[in-house]
Amino acid sequence: MSEYAATGDVLLARRSTAVTRSRRLKNRLFTGLLWACGFLALLPLAFIIWYVLIRGLSALNINFFTREPAAPGQPGGGIVQSFVGTGLIVGMAIAFSVPLGVLAAVYLSEYGRGRLASGVRFVAEILLSTPSIVAGAFIWALVVVAMGTFSALAGSIALTVLMWPIIARATEEILRLVPQELREGALALGLPRWKVILRIVIPTAGSGIFTAIMLAVARGMGETAPILLTALGQEFLSTNPLAPADAVPLRVYDYARTPVLSQHAMAWGGAIVLLTAVLVLSITARILGNRQRGRVR
Amino acid sequence: MGDRLFKGTSVFMAVGLVALLGLLLWELSVGGSRAFARFGLHFLTGRNWNPVFGREEFGALPFIFGTLVTSAIAIVLAVPVAVGLALLLNEVRTGWLRDPLAVFVDLLAAIPSVVYGLWGLFIMKPVFDHKVEPFLTATIGKVPVIGALFRGAQYCVQIDPTTGACHKIGYNSNGGDLFTAGVILAIMILPIVTAVTREVVAVVPRDLREASLALGATRYEMVRMAVLPYARSGIVGATMLGLGRALGETIAVSMVVGNGLGISASLFRPGYTIPAVIASEFREATSVGVHRSALLALALVLVVIALILAALSRLLVRRTARLVSAQPPPDSVEMPILELTG
Repeated sequence: MSEYAATGDVLLARRSTAVTRSRRLKNRLFTGLLWACGFLALLPLAFIIWYVLIRGLSALNINFFTREPAAPGQPGGGIVQSFVGTGLIVGMAIAFSVPLGVLAAVYLSEYGRGRLASGVRFVAEILLSTPSIVAGAFIWALVVVAMGTFSALAGSIALTVLMWPIIARATEEILRLVPQELREGALALGLPRWKVILRIVIPTAGSGIFTAIMLAVARGMGETAPILLTALGQEFLSTNPLAPADAVPLRVYDYARTPVLSQHAMAWGGAIVLLTAVLVLSITARILGNRQRGRVR
Repeated sequence: MGDRLFKGTSVFMAVGLVALLGLLLWELSVGGSRAFARFGLHFLTGRNWNPVFGREEFGALPFIFGTLVTSAIAIVLAVPVAVGLALLLNEVRTGWLRDPLAVFVDLLAAIPSVVYGLWGLFIMKPVFDHKVEPFLTATIGKVPVIGALFRGAQYCVQIDPTTGACHKIGYNSNGGDLFTAGVILAIMILPIVTAVTREVVAVVPRDLREASLALGATRYEMVRMAVLPYARSGIVGATMLGLGRALGETIAVSMVVGNGLGISASLFRPGYTIPAVIASEFREATSVGVHRSALLALALVLVVIALILAALSRLLVRRTARLVSAQPPPDSVEMPILELTG
C-alpha cells in the first residue's frame, strides 16, 4: 500500500486491493474445499465402524467362538470352523510367504544391483496390483483342479501369491534403512557377508520386518475371493489342510446373502471380529513402523 | 561357501517372484485358450453368456461393461476427493489433525472387502435405493443428455387393484445397481489414490513453492501454478493405480452390483462385473465344455489390464520424480503399499 501511495498512483492502489480481496476469497474457498474433502473421506470410515459395532456386538457370545453353526433359523450356534479355518490358512500362508518374501527382500537390498534387481523390483511392485480374484483363479486352475479338491492348502497358496510381494517390498524398504556403517563395520571385522546380513542387518531391522509381516497378514486375513475359489468354505469343523476349509470372510459373505435373519446377525458378528483384527494389526504395524524408522535413522 | 549359498537362495527367491508372474500369466493363458480359440473376438464383444452345456455361448460384454462403468464411477468420485485430501495433508497447515487424518484415510484401505460389502448391502444400499437415487432421478435425471444415466428402471409401487392404474411410480429395483457399487469402489480406492498423490505432491521442490509464495501468491495460486503442473502426470499415474484396483475388486462389488446381465445407459440398473462372475460361477465350471476356460480367460483379461495400468502408473509417478529433480536416485519415489482385499 505505502509504495503505491508514494508513487501517487492511488487508482492502481485501489484496484490492487480489490484484486487482493477476490484472491483472498478464492484462497479461502479453496482451503475450505480441501477441508471438505478431508471430512468427506472420514465419513464412510466412521459410518462403517459405527454400524459394524452396533450390529456386530450383539452377535458375539461364547457360542459364537466355540460352536459350529446351528441349523438355519435355529438359535445359538457359532462359526468356530471359520476361526479355525482362517487360522489354518493364514498360518500356512505366513509359513510360506515369510521366508520367500524376506529372502527376496535381502536380495533386493543387499545384493541387488543392475538390471536383474530393477527388473525384480518392478515385477514385485506390479504384482502388488494383481487383483486378488486373479490370484484365486490362478491357484484354482493350478492347484485345485490338479488336486481334484478344494483345500485349505490351496487357500494358503493363493494368499502366498498375494503376501509374498507385499513382504518383499515392505521388508526391502526396512532393510534399506539399516545404516551402511553397520554393514561396513561388521565386514571390516572379517565377518562373511551372509553372517553380516543374518546377524547384523536382519536383527537391526527386526521389528520393521515384523511390521511388514503384520501388514501382509492383515491383508491375507481379510481376503475373501481368493479363499472362496480355493478353499471353498463349509459349515463344519475341519483341521485337515488337504480338505476344504472355512474362513471368517467367507462365512460373512455366505451369510450376508442368505435370507435367514439369524445368519445375517452371524455375518455382522464375523465382520466385527474381522474388522477389529485387521485394524489392530494395521494400526500396530503403523506405530511400530514409525518408531522403527525413527530409531534406525 | 556360505556366502554363495546364501546369495544363491536369496537370488532364487527374488527371481521366484518373476517366475510367479510368468507362471500366473502362463496358467491363465493356457486355461483360457479354449475359450479364445472357440469364440475369438466374439468372446469380448458378444452379449450372450450361457454356460448351459450343449448350448454354451460366452460373450463377456455385459461383464466388461459393468466393470468399466463401476470403475469409471469410482474414479470420477474418488480422484477429486483424493487430490483435495492429498493437498490438504501436504499443503495446508492442519496442525495436530494431520497425522490422525492421514492414518484414518489409510485405514479405509485396511477394511476387508467383505466388510464393505456387508455394510453396502445392508446399510448403504437401502439408503441409496430409497433416498439418494430417487433424488438424483428427480434432479439430474431431468437434464437432457446426462439425465439418462440417472434414470432408474421405473416400476409401479402401488397398483390400483380395480383399474390396474398406477398410483405411485418408483424407480430402481432393490437388487443393487451399478451406481451403488461405484460409490463403494470410490470409497475403497480413495486411500491408494490419496497416498500416491501425496507422494507425487511431496516431490515438488520446496524452492518452487517458496518462490511462488515470495512473489505474493496465495496458497491457492501456489498450488495451481507451482504444485499441480509438476504433479499432473503423477496424479494421472495415481488415477491409473486406483483404476487398476477398482477393476479387480470382487466381493464388495458383487454384493451390491445386482448381478444383472443388461446393458443400458442407466447407472441405476443392476450390472455384473468380471470378478463377480468368476466368483459366482467357478463352482459350476467343470472341465466339460468351455465354461472353466471362459472364466480363466476373463481372469487373464483382468490381470493383463491391471498389470498394464500398474506399470504405466509406476512410469508416470517416477517420471514426475525425475521431472523435478535433476539427479534422481533410481527409486526415489516409493509407491505406497496399500492393498485392497477382494
